[in-house]
Amino acid sequence: MQRILNNPDDIVDEMLKGFVKVHGDIVTTTDNPRVLKRKDIPAGKVGVVTGGGSGHKPAFIGYIGENLCDAVAVGEICSSPTAAAFLDAFKTADRGKGVACLYGNYSGDNMNVKMAVKMAKKEGLEVKTVVANDDVASAPKDEQEKRRGVAGEVLMWKVGGAKAAAGGNLDEVIAAAQKAIDNTRSVGIGLTPCTLPAVGHPNFEIKPGTMEVGIGHHGEPGIEVCPLETAAQMAKRMVDVVLPDYPFVSGDEVVVLVSGLGATPIMEIYVLYDEIEKLIAGKGIRIHRGYAGNYFTSLEMMGATLTVMKLDDELKKLVDMPCYSMGIKQK
Amino acid sequence: MGGFKVKDGKPVLLKMVAGIQQNKDYLGEVDGLIGDGDHGMNMNKGFTMFAEQIAAKDIGFTEGLDELGNLLFSKIGGSMGPIYGSIFMSMAESIEDLEEIDTADVSKMVNAGLDGLHEVVKGEVGDKTLVDTLAPANEALKQAAKAGKSLPEALEEMKAAAAKGRDSTKDLVAKFGRSSRLGERSRGVLDAGAVSCCIILTTIADGIVEQLRAGA
Repeated sequence: MQRILNNPDDIVDEMLKGFVKVHGDIVTTTDNPRVLKRKDIPAGKVGVVTGGGSGHKPAFIGYIGENLCDAVAVGEICSSPTAAAFLDAFKTADRGKGVACLYGNYSGDNMNVKMAVKMAKKEGLEVKTVVANDDVASAPKDEQEKRRGVAGEVLMWKVGGAKAAAGGNLDEVIAAAQKAIDNTRSVGIGLTPCTLPAVGHPNFEIKPGTMEVGIGHHGEPGIEVCPLETAAQMAKRMVDVVLPDYPFVSGDEVVVLVSGLGATPIMEIYVLYDEIEKLIAGKGIRIHRGYAGNYFTSLEMMGATLTVMKLDDELKKLVDMPCYSMGIKQK
Repeated sequence: MGGFKVKDGKPVLLKMVAGIQQNKDYLGEVDGLIGDGDHGMNMNKGFTMFAEQIAAKDIGFTEGLDELGNLLFSKIGGSMGPIYGSIFMSMAESIEDLEEIDTADVSKMVNAGLDGLHEVVKGEVGDKTLVDTLAPANEALKQAAKAGKSLPEALEEMKAAAAKGRDSTKDLVAKFGRSSRLGERSRGVLDAGAVSCCIILTTIADGIVEQLRAGA
């Protein structure tokens, strides 16, 4: 393991210190060392909160910012934040209009958010939730509620954050975020495994010359292991998983987000985007906006995810709203 | 031989901590096979923080369980924070007024732990989770209490049931948590939560028996 580390147990806290030093124009610390918040949360808006394990940079703290999330609960590497951290994030984000907690479908996050929402209620704070479940490969369509949330979460935060910024009330923010994730599908391909710093070795294997289709952000195994393919073949494989699931059809307008998993050079992400764009456009689907880069990673895993969201007028407007965070800067 | 005096419980708590610390790598390996391998390190981090917190304190068993539960819940997070946090806090609550605990009280305590867990997450025997360890241990204690067995006897039977329950997870397909995504690929590997739960119950049992012997 060739890593820039002190004590691996301290990596999350040390990362947070560095992050706040660099992005002090956007984020600031709170009384809870595992909660960061937007520097100036405007008054009179619904609070938008997310949270999750560390190791997915820029998720989750990278999406704190203007017209995005207001506060984020931070967990250990690949491990849910505590209920106390979620609760503190809710309190920090609340401006008297309630809080929308938009997070991913993982058992730890579900448990801790559930407990935090209960505790918030006791304190008179209204919190509603949306759980992202965009990862097509993680469960069959008839068990959609079991699917994981992956890079589609970024679009959920984008839409939910924009709706809150536009003055939507809590129910409207929740409805917009829910629509965003309901209209979104993702799939990932892993080329190499990742290593938890405190463990020191990968706990699974992707043999050289092979790739794992449908891999999760914590290295959860996918649906198929196959020989390493060209970018064009990978693009076809991903598009063939994602498009039929919604299904996305000719005439649709979509957002396409291609995210690296951490160690794949961004150059290759653009190569993949180009191939994906050709396939999607070839099906008569119009790409209204594309994102390519490291949006939701898994430590140093190599590989990429494809996320497609179908737009309607409301989603289009919200996706187009400018925003400013470490993870997305959009004019 | 009388019951276990809860004020003498600190060595029992420290035995639990040592059990987790010594098995940190093993728990990580088991978890790594079907999870992401952080169970050992997260448990070790929580239990070690707890040991540091109580190092200079005169603390009894009940208060210690409550503190441990609180710490896991508020500092560790993941799935294990709410799960073990609820178990330990519920256990502590069930015996909070007692100075001395006997077989029936330990049975009540473990039963309360299982109830506390169920408030946080559903999960039945056979789902390949720590319930597969905790539920049979609870059942064994209930039977022992009903049969009027002595505390050491009852704890031995609980240990055996917990170990058997832990081993049963090997051939199960996971229904909960991260490994449930694996389906059939989760078969053939022990559940890490079932393993850590067995370590915890075993070290509590051994610690209590040692204290009883020391006091006898």
